[in-house]
Amino acid sequence: MSFNCLKSLLLTLNLFSKSIFLTLFLVSFSAIALAETTLVAVAANFGQPMAEISGAFKKATGHSAKLSLGSSGKFVAQFESGAPFEVFLSADNEKPLKLEHAGLTVPGSRFTYAVGKLALWSATAGLVDGQGQILDKGGFKHLALADPKLAPYGAAAIEVMKNKGLLKKLQPLFVEGENIAQTHQFVRTGNAELGFLALSQIIDNGKIITGSGWIVPENLHSPILQDAVLLKTGEKNPAASALLQFLKSPEALAIIEKYGYGLPKSK
Amino acid sequence: MTRIEARFQLDYGGFKLDVDLQLPSAGITVLFGPSGCGKTTLLRCIAGLQCPPEGFLKINGSIWQNSEDGVFLPPHKRPLGYVFQEANLFPHLSVQENLHYGLKRIKQNPEPVNLEQTVELLGIGHLMGRMPERLSGGERQRVAIARALALNPDILLMDEPLAALDFKRKQEILPFLSRLHQHRAIPVLYVTHAQQEMAQLADYLVIMADGREIASGLPADTLTRLELPLAQDREAATVWPVTIVEHEADYHLTRVAFAGGTLSLPIINAAVGTPLRVQIYARDVSIALESPAATSILNVLPATITGIADDHRGQSVVKLQAGTQPLLAHITQKSARLLDLQVGMPVYVQIKGTSILN
Amino acid sequence: MLTPADIETLLLTFKVASLATALMLLLGTPLAWWLARTRSGWKGIINAVVALPLVLPPTVLGFYLLVLMGPAGAVGKITTWLGLGSLPFTFAGLVIASVLYSMPFVVQPLQASFTSIGAQPLEAAATLRAGPLDTFFSIVVPLAKPGFMTGAILGFAHTVGEFGVVLMVGGNIPDKTRVVSVQIYNHVEALEYSEAHWLAGCLLVFSFSVLLVLYTVLKTQPVAHPLK
Repeated sequence: MSFNCLKSLLLTLNLFSKSIFLTLFLVSFSAIALAETTLVAVAANFGQPMAEISGAFKKATGHSAKLSLGSSGKFVAQFESGAPFEVFLSADNEKPLKLEHAGLTVPGSRFTYAVGKLALWSATAGLVDGQGQILDKGGFKHLALADPKLAPYGAAAIEVMKNKGLLKKLQPLFVEGENIAQTHQFVRTGNAELGFLALSQIIDNGKIITGSGWIVPENLHSPILQDAVLLKTGEKNPAASALLQFLKSPEALAIIEKYGYGLPKSK
Repeated sequence: MTRIEARFQLDYGGFKLDVDLQLPSAGITVLFGPSGCGKTTLLRCIAGLQCPPEGFLKINGSIWQNSEDGVFLPPHKRPLGYVFQEANLFPHLSVQENLHYGLKRIKQNPEPVNLEQTVELLGIGHLMGRMPERLSGGERQRVAIARALALNPDILLMDEPLAALDFKRKQEILPFLSRLHQHRAIPVLYVTHAQQEMAQLADYLVIMADGREIASGLPADTLTRLELPLAQDREAATVWPVTIVEHEADYHLTRVAFAGGTLSLPIINAAVGTPLRVQIYARDVSIALESPAATSILNVLPATITGIADDHRGQSVVKLQAGTQPLLAHITQKSARLLDLQVGMPVYVQIKGTSILN
Repeated sequence: MLTPADIETLLLTFKVASLATALMLLLGTPLAWWLARTRSGWKGIINAVVALPLVLPPTVLGFYLLVLMGPAGAVGKITTWLGLGSLPFTFAGLVIASVLYSMPFVVQPLQASFTSIGAQPLEAAATLRAGPLDTFFSIVVPLAKPGFMTGAILGFAHTVGEFGVVLMVGGNIPDKTRVVSVQIYNHVEALEYSEAHWLAGCLLVFSFSVLLVLYTVLKTQPVAHPLK
């Protein structure tokens, strides 16, 4: 081996090591630059699955999502007053649309992330049968549902009763929760014998935990679409758009399904 | 004479009351003693405002409390009148309504004359429409006295009714109180720590200290008891009941009689036969072994020494008896030695000054 | 403008508040009297319990009431046994919840004015042949009038404004438990801001007038003097 050979080898090695350092430097720099945090407004009914999803999101992307749970209606009022949220996971599809019309969202960012499943449930075992015939038979004093004006689950419950021709008969027995969580309390504490709830509230690992329930077939009401949207405030935050992207990932969809939601029909 | 029997025992940690009293059921009985001696508590026990665990109270033959039998008449069922230190009028009621408050609640038909008399006696007729906040302190207290008297109670309890008033207001009310027992046969229990009030009002005297009765009896006797600190006091005095017998208008003098003699006093504007009280301070009394032949002092009386007590300041307190009335003299111990005063000695007392209490 | 449904909630609210105020005066007066006069060791505990609703979030109180008055709760079992059924979602339940929630606003002014009367007038009345009940009505009630007025006004106004408890135990039933504060909330939630403004405006005017009366008119009334 000539001296020249040796010299060129050393040169190559030198270049190589330099490039490694450069790469490492770039990688580490980009990692720092990419680890952003996004502030997310989440409809209260989607709190639990979202907490799990945000954990997975952090693992997968390094970004983190800070979650605020609340009622969708209140969130809308807060966005309009300049609240710093960047992503909005609504309990319905109307409010994100309304925000879009108001120009508060990033155009084209709105999509359905989950489809709510409605269930008729009672804390008493054996009260609610598998076909929901109890609605017809009666024998209860209170039927709980979320305020249909405010909550899509409430509106869906009304549709179910309408379709079964039972609305007039059952209306006097209504007790309305301000949201679906409160409706759950009414039924859970036994103050209302049964009520229309979100399946996600009474399910654990794909099974109804206690009491008795009837998962309402989807053909009895229009789909309860829960839409997500990127707000203008989050336009420049890579974590915000990454989170919306992650919601469509198979990993996130699995979590969503596990908590008793249906999946959006792929377009 | 029916008597008032009152036995109470209570113990509030620092404060104890332990009394067993037999009191006359007529005239004014003064409960006299320093602040905190338990006289107000005693009065409250008699009224039933306080319920001592051990107590017996019998007034004019009826039992108001007997802890042994579990008898305790609540205050509103006791036929008494109570005058508080502060008038305690109901602020939302006019004078008239205050006066009628108790009357309306008496079971038997009240005599309307009673209220009219009382109002007249206390001179409050012109105040009837006023609210309590628009009355002077003295007026308020007169209304309070009238309010209690109007019920024609079996006993009237008065808790330092003049203590909150200034001298002028006191003078405004004291004559009413003196006249009270001349008009009514209601026995009065009167609590005070003011010697002047006590001397002026007491028909019977109970002296209290540390929650106990230390002496009781007629004022002239009780005030002259040598073993009591009262006799040593600079203000030591005796009180004699007297009656006007004659006016010496030329000399501006009035002669009054006591049990065993007469006294000359500065002229008194009252009819012959009027009963009065004369207060004689021990410091105004001097002693001579023989009747002084020539002296400017008018009131010289023969008397007998019934006791002598020396104090630590060079003073002797000599107790004497003139006629049947006891009397105190404060003299120096040196004089007592020089005159060789002994118990049982007949002497002459010269009274330099007296004060009329009515 | 106010819709007929809004007016219905207003009327219902005043009905609840009037009934609750009457009940609070009825129950609060003996309670305040006891608290003002007692030397019992229980006084501190009872005082604290009465004042609890002042510091507890209304939803917490509401949640406990929901649980307690529910069919499985202690109170619910008693009411069911009495044949009254369970109380949540009923007008009666709402009134009872309001009474518990607004009680300190009635008891505290009453207690303060009873305390300021002191023992003296009571003793004076006793020595003038008035029994305890007689004394209470002839002396205490007139002297504590400002306390009664303040308690009644505050209790009423606070019941009108209550929200969290109703939300928890009401069930939003028209004509039974849908009161004005819940209606305002629902308007806001449904993004019906103009309706919300109208109702909220009514409530604002009402509350302000009440407080104005409390701080101006009542202040000029003779206040119970300590006896002279």
